Amino acid sequence: MPVKAHIKEHPAWFHRFEAVWTPTVLLLDSDGKERVRLEGYLPNQDFVAALESGLGRIAFVHKKYPDADRWYGDVVTRFGRSHSAPGAMYWRAVTHYKATNDHAVLGKAAEELRSTYPSSVWASKAVPWLPKSAE
Amino acid sequence: MAVNWSKDVDQALIAAKQQDRPILLDFSAAPA
Repeated sequence: MPVKAHIKEHPAWFHRFEAVWTPTVLLLDSDGKERVRLEGYLPNQDFVAALESGLGRIAFVHKKYPDADRWYGDVVTRFGRSHSAPGAMYWRAVTHYKATNDHAVLGKAAEELRSTYPSSVWASKAVPWLPKSAE
Repeated sequence: MAVNWSKDVDQALIAAKQQDRPILLDFSAAPA
């Protein structure tokens, strides 16, 4: 449900949602709660990937794990070179774990992050998931 | 594909709740 707010038409909305720079894009869930904030320009592919990751986040926090898995998986497969891809790979693994309680998926994801996005902060965040022999 | 932008955030919040859909809120200062 897209809503456009222009500084000249809706200055009160900028204050209400604490939009301090443009462009700013917020993703709100159906309860109106802010789940994602994108500040500054992104190229098209990165922007779409960030939105899809955001939709994954909304699905995840509402425990709609199949939907979250689909959004994160799409970012990883279709936008693997985007800035959002390493985070999506991380959260896809967390989604799998939450849905199945299968710890093994975390270790596999940590190895995949380390090999695919070694300089990503998400690879670092996944280090505790690595098998002890692989750290 | 054309986007059907709303310009009423409060109406969108009500509709989002009713339809269980997220909202994309785009803040811009670009000339129209």
